[in-house]
Amino acid sequence: MALLQIAEPGQSAAPHQHKLAAGIDLGTTNSLVATVRSGEAKVLLNQAGEAMVPSVVQYGAKQVVVGSAAVAAAVSDPENTIVSVKRLMGKGYQETLALTEKLPYQLIEQSGLVAIETAAGVKNPVEVSAEILATLANTASQTLGGELNGVVITVPAYFDDAQRQATKDAAKLAGLNVLRLLNEPTAAALAYGLDSGQEGIIAVYDLGGGTFDISILRLRRGVFEVLATGGDSALGGDDFDQALVALLQQQHDQPNLSASARRQYQQQAKAIKERLTSSDSTDYSFSADGQQLSGSVSRQQFEDLISPLVKQTIRACRQSLRDAGLTADEVLKVVLVGGSTRVPLVRQQVAAFFGSEPLTSIDPDQVVAIGAAIQANVLVGNKADNETLLLDVIPLSLGIETMGGLTEKIIPRNTVIPVARAQEFTTFKDGQTAMAIHVVQGERELVEDCRSLARFELRGIPPMPAGGAHIRVTFQVDADGLLSVSAMEKSTGVQASIQVKPSYGLTDDQVAQMISGSMQYARQDMQQRLLREQQVEAERVLEAVSAALATDAALLNEHELATIRDALRQLAELKQQGDTAAIKAAIEHTNQLTDDFAARRMDKSIRLALQGHKVDEV
Amino acid sequence: MNYFQLFDLPEQFELDLAELGSRYLALQKRFHPDNYAAGSERDRLLAVQQTANINDAYHSLKHPLLRAEHMLALRGIKLSNEQRSFTDPAFLMQQMELREQLAELATVVDPEQALYDIEQELQQQRKALLRALHQALASGTAAQDQLAAELVRKLKFFYKLQQELELIEQQLQD
Repeated sequence: MALLQIAEPGQSAAPHQHKLAAGIDLGTTNSLVATVRSGEAKVLLNQAGEAMVPSVVQYGAKQVVVGSAAVAAAVSDPENTIVSVKRLMGKGYQETLALTEKLPYQLIEQSGLVAIETAAGVKNPVEVSAEILATLANTASQTLGGELNGVVITVPAYFDDAQRQATKDAAKLAGLNVLRLLNEPTAAALAYGLDSGQEGIIAVYDLGGGTFDISILRLRRGVFEVLATGGDSALGGDDFDQALVALLQQQHDQPNLSASARRQYQQQAKAIKERLTSSDSTDYSFSADGQQLSGSVSRQQFEDLISPLVKQTIRACRQSLRDAGLTADEVLKVVLVGGSTRVPLVRQQVAAFFGSEPLTSIDPDQVVAIGAAIQANVLVGNKADNETLLLDVIPLSLGIETMGGLTEKIIPRNTVIPVARAQEFTTFKDGQTAMAIHVVQGERELVEDCRSLARFELRGIPPMPAGGAHIRVTFQVDADGLLSVSAMEKSTGVQASIQVKPSYGLTDDQVAQMISGSMQYARQDMQQRLLREQQVEAERVLEAVSAALATDAALLNEHELATIRDALRQLAELKQQGDTAAIKAAIEHTNQLTDDFAARRMDKSIRLALQGHKVDEV
Repeated sequence: MNYFQLFDLPEQFELDLAELGSRYLALQKRFHPDNYAAGSERDRLLAVQQTANINDAYHSLKHPLLRAEHMLALRGIKLSNEQRSFTDPAFLMQQMELREQLAELATVVDPEQALYDIEQELQQQRKALLRALHQALASGTAAQDQLAAELVRKLKFFYKLQQELELIEQQLQD
C-alpha cells in the first residue's frame, strides 16, 4: 500500500492547468489523430490537409516517408514500403509466413519475431508503427503548439497481450506518454456520447480495412462495461478488395501477378468497391505491367463475392451476444465504425440482424479517433468533474501449460480488468530450485492451439524435499490488458525471481536498445530523455503527496508529517538538478515514507466512497 | 481479506445483489486506474492492485457458490483447489444418471423438450441445495459449517452440469 492521489468529486487535486492530450486511432489501413479543443473533439489535419494518414511507411536508403507520399511508393517500391503493419504487431516469424503470399517484402526472423529487410536496414513492426505514431503526434503538437502530455491509443478489443504490448512499445519508441490503450469500439461509443443520458446495451460493429470487431457494451449509471467482444483479426475491407482482385484476375486470365501489378489491381479494386456503394454497376479501365485492362463489375457480383465474409461477421455478432447472455432484440443502439461499413450490403445485414437502424452520423472513419480524444482529455486531467468510468474485460483467456500439453485457464475471458489471480505450484524433485512456466492466451484445450505469450523461469526457490515448496504465482492484468507476473515461495516468503521471455514480444532491454539505437536519439538526447522522464515522475509524486497532505494531514502524527515534508523538500530540490539517479532514489525514498499514510488514506477513502454512495441512495 | 468488510456489508449468505452491484461501482469509480493515468507510476500500480482486489471481491460475492466458499474460508474451511474424493454413493449415482441423460439428448425425438425437462430438474435440485446451504451457513456452528462445505461440493457438480447443458443447448441451436 502506498500513496494514492484521491481527488474528491468536483475538486481537482492541483491548480487547474490545461494539458495537451490527443487520441490516436492507429489503424491497419489509415491512422488518425484527434484532440479536444474548446470542448469539442475534432480530427486534426496534417500539413497536406489530410485527416486520414495512410498507415504506410517507405524505408528508402536515404529517408523514411510516412503516409500519402509513401502510398505511391507502394506501387513503385513495394519491397521497401510497409503497408498494414498492424497485422504484424506482436506476431511471430513462423505465423507470419502463412500470410507471405500477400506480403511483398523480405521477411526475416528477429529472435522469433517477424521483421522486414528494407533499404534502410532491418525494421520490425514496432519500429514501423512508431514512425506512424510519431508522424501523428507531430501533427498534434504542431497544431496545438506544444509537446503532448499524453495520448490515448486505440487497439482492437480482442488484441492479445503481445499485440497490446507491441503497441505500447511503439508509443514508447515514438517518445509518447500513453495514458491508456483504449478498445476501439469503446472509443466509438464514447464519440457518440452514449455515456451520457442513455442506459442499455450497445453493439459496436467495426469493419475496418484489416480487422473486424464486434463489441457488446452495457451502459449503466454512467459506467461502461464491455460485456463481450469478438471478431476476427484478419478480416476487413482489404479482404473485399482481395476478392475483387481475384475477380479481376479471373476476368483477364492473370493467375500470377508481379508485386507492382498486384498493387495496381488492389488500387483498382478499392476504387470499384467505393463506386459500388452508390451505383449498381461500374466500369473500370487501368493498366498493369504494360497491359491495358477494362471491364465492368455489378453490385450483385460484388455482393456475391463478399457475402460469405459479411455472414462471417454476423456469426461473430451472434456469438458475442451469446457470450454476453443476450439476444439481438435487447440491443438498444448499434454503432457502425470503419470505412467498410459504407458498403450497402454490410449496413443491410447489420440492420437486419439487430433489427434496428445503426448509428452513422459521425464519419465511420473518424469516430474511433474522436472517442480516443475525448478519453485522452479526461485522463490527462482536463475534466475534473468526469463521472464516466470505463470497465473493460480481458478478451481472451489466460492460462498456463500443464502436463500433456493441456491448458489450464487462470483468468477466463471476459473477466473485468484490472484483475489479479494467484495459482500455486509445487516442486516435483528433491532440492529443485527452478521451475519453468509457460503462459498462453486463448480458448482452446491444447497449448499448441493457443497463443504462446511468455515463458517464465522461477529461480531461487529454496531447496526442499519434493512437494515441499509452494510457489504462489500471481498473474496480474492491468487496465490496458497487459499481463505481469510475480512469484513467491509461501513457506519461506522468498520472492522467486522471474525471467520473462515473451514469446512474441520484445524484452524491456530490447525496447531500451531500440530507443537508444534509433536515429532520432543521439546519445546525449537519450540521457536528456531519461532525466526528463525522472523529472516528470518526480513532479507527479510531488503533486500527489502534496494533494494528499492537503486533505489528509490529520491522519499523520507530527513526527510523520515533518519527515514527509522533509522528503518532499529534498525531492523538489533534486528535481531541479541534473542527476537522474539521485532523483530516482529520492522518489523511491518518498514512496517508502508514505506507504503507511497511503494505507490509512485508502481505508478512509473506501469508507467515504461507500458513505457517499449511501447518501446518493437516500 | 474479508470481502464483506470491503463492501461494508453484513457477513451473511443472503445478499442484495443490486446493493452489492452499486457498492462495487462506487468503489470502482473511486479507485479505477484511469483516475491515476496522469499520476505517479506507483500510484498507478497501486490503483491496479486495488481495483484488482475490488474486482475479485465482487466476483466472489456475486456468485452464490463462490460466496459460500469465501464465507467458509473466513471460518477456516478452505474449499478451493481441494483434492478430495466424494463419498456419498447415492449422490454420485444421481449425478451419473443426469450425465447419461445429457449424453442422450442428441438422439432423443424431441431434444428441445428433453432439454427443458432436465433444466427444470437441475434448477429444482440446485434451489433445494442452496436453501439448505443458506440455513447451514446461518447457524455458524462447526458441525453446520462442515455440512455447508459438503453442500458446496455437491452444488459444484450441479453448476458444472448446468454449464454442460448450456453448451449442448448452443450446439442444438447451431
